[in-house]
Amino acid sequence: MTAASEAPQTAAPRSRNPLSSRRPQGVGQQKGNRGIQIFLAVVALIWIFPVGYALLNSFRNYAYTAKHGYLSFGGFTLDNYRNAWQQADFSHTMLNSAYITIPAVLLTLFLSCCVAFVVSRFSFKFNLALLGMFTAANLLPPQALLIPVYRMFRAIQVPFWFSDSGTLLNSYWGLILVNVAFQTGFCAFVLSNYMKTLPRELYESAVVDGAGVLRQFFQLTLPLCRPPLAALATLEVTWIYNEFFWATVLLQSGDKFPVTSSINNLRGQFFTDNNLVAAGSVVIALPTLIIFFVLQKQFVAGLTLGATKG
Amino acid sequence: MARRAKYKGIDHLTPVDRVVVGLMIAVPTILVLWLVWVPAIGSVLLSFTNWDGIGPISAAKNVGLRNYHDVLTIYPPFVPALQHNLIWLAVMFLFATPVGMFLAVLLDREVRGSRVYQTAIYLPVVLSLALVGFIWQLIYSRDQGLINAVTGGSIDWYGDQRYNLWAALIASSWRHVGYIMLLYLAGLKGVDPTLREAAKVDGASERQTFFRVVFPVMFPINIIVLVVTVIESLRAFDLVWVINKGRNGLELISTLVTSNIVGEASRIGFGSALATFMLVISSIFIVLYLRIVMREQR
Repeated sequence: MTAASEAPQTAAPRSRNPLSSRRPQGVGQQKGNRGIQIFLAVVALIWIFPVGYALLNSFRNYAYTAKHGYLSFGGFTLDNYRNAWQQADFSHTMLNSAYITIPAVLLTLFLSCCVAFVVSRFSFKFNLALLGMFTAANLLPPQALLIPVYRMFRAIQVPFWFSDSGTLLNSYWGLILVNVAFQTGFCAFVLSNYMKTLPRELYESAVVDGAGVLRQFFQLTLPLCRPPLAALATLEVTWIYNEFFWATVLLQSGDKFPVTSSINNLRGQFFTDNNLVAAGSVVIALPTLIIFFVLQKQFVAGLTLGATKG
Repeated sequence: MARRAKYKGIDHLTPVDRVVVGLMIAVPTILVLWLVWVPAIGSVLLSFTNWDGIGPISAAKNVGLRNYHDVLTIYPPFVPALQHNLIWLAVMFLFATPVGMFLAVLLDREVRGSRVYQTAIYLPVVLSLALVGFIWQLIYSRDQGLINAVTGGSIDWYGDQRYNLWAALIASSWRHVGYIMLLYLAGLKGVDPTLREAAKVDGASERQTFFRVVFPVMFPINIIVLVVTVIESLRAFDLVWVINKGRNGLELISTLVTSNIVGEASRIGFGSALATFMLVISSIFIVLYLRIVMREQR
């Protein structure tokens, strides 16, 4: 089974029933726990510090910190956000990120559902090899594929209504396709594990009722796969939004850069004003941070879905 | 109607269904073959040619292992890049991974507030590595950075090649620890509690229980963590690229490949030899990974 559905079940009884707890709580144990608690609190503070520091300074006036140093307190302002938003053209690059991320995530999930459905429902000779080919694709270093992909994209002519560069290079669709090709492996692997746990009898009765493959897929399988799909969607949005390498090398004109790659330009322009850089970083991180805090359970489940089968 | 209701076995497919199943598998397969596997083979093949990327590819000549020979002998950044990749791997493996594992073991004890600590430690995992580089710039910067503000020093942590690799490694570890911790937390939840009970009854200390019972049981997780660490170290790119595009003390194999192709440098054969190098190393670990995760599929 997958971790998404298993973790709450195994975790809940442990905390509810003290008798079955793995480590009975004695007096000595309490004391040990306090030490651990202090240690963990310190580590957590250290870990949160860089983000907190960025957040704090993003609200501070550059002139104030330049005069009083960064160890001072005061000079709070919202100007950095206004300036970063305008100068880094965030309203434009955020939109670019959306143009790339939304279709890429939807396509990835749809195609990996297809692969997982076929692999888990029907037995061919090459089932496992096929799944292996998809899973391995996710782990190859993208830089090692750069030269052929770059050359192919540059050589492929597409109509101008499809991409204003006339080729797949420097087009949203080129980037979307690369992201989909890379991420499908991971999602197909996770989804096929999940689909294998769906009871066979469900499909047998569907077949008896005369449901074709398409109906079995859309009306039976997809609704049942909602939990792993939610987890994967959360994770894939974060990953594809954060994707940096392909966006940097396959998009050459600045007007198509997604927000994550545009930070490179941001620093070049505002090298001297770290408070502005901090505000820019916070804006860029905001979508993923919101997803993280709102859908934390799905995010964590997604990360561990592929890994915990032991 | 009666004909339709007759059950012919679960894998029986009508001609239409056959086409549907064929499409469902063919479209994603073609996409992945086209954009991942064909390029992978393409990189290997190009690495044996002298193609300059300007003329037609048919003009390329087979030059055997000359590109590899050139990489090793007349390309000064290669050896430092290799060393940096190895240092990167060593730090992730010997420092970040054990720290992540240790934190997972502590958090698994479910002390009060462990949810909060957990959230704080894996928060960096949602940030892109490029952004991680940016956020740490606020700490490392020479004139406005926190370290120099506190110590009164004037070291440019990202710029000085004596320090920048280590500065990048701290930032990278910051993120990697959270990821590893999460994987181990999930792994620890999967360990059968009766095993711990049994070890306790036999009088094993907590440390003994962990190293002799829990750790070996987590074998698949350990392999996955090993593979994730090696692969992430090998394809480390974003963080270094935003710092200085992988120059001046921050050369990595991945940045060398990139700088050999972006900007029309046209050293195709040469860049491909470097790419092949990455492919060979990663495929060893991918095979290892597939053997572990596919074992349970049979």
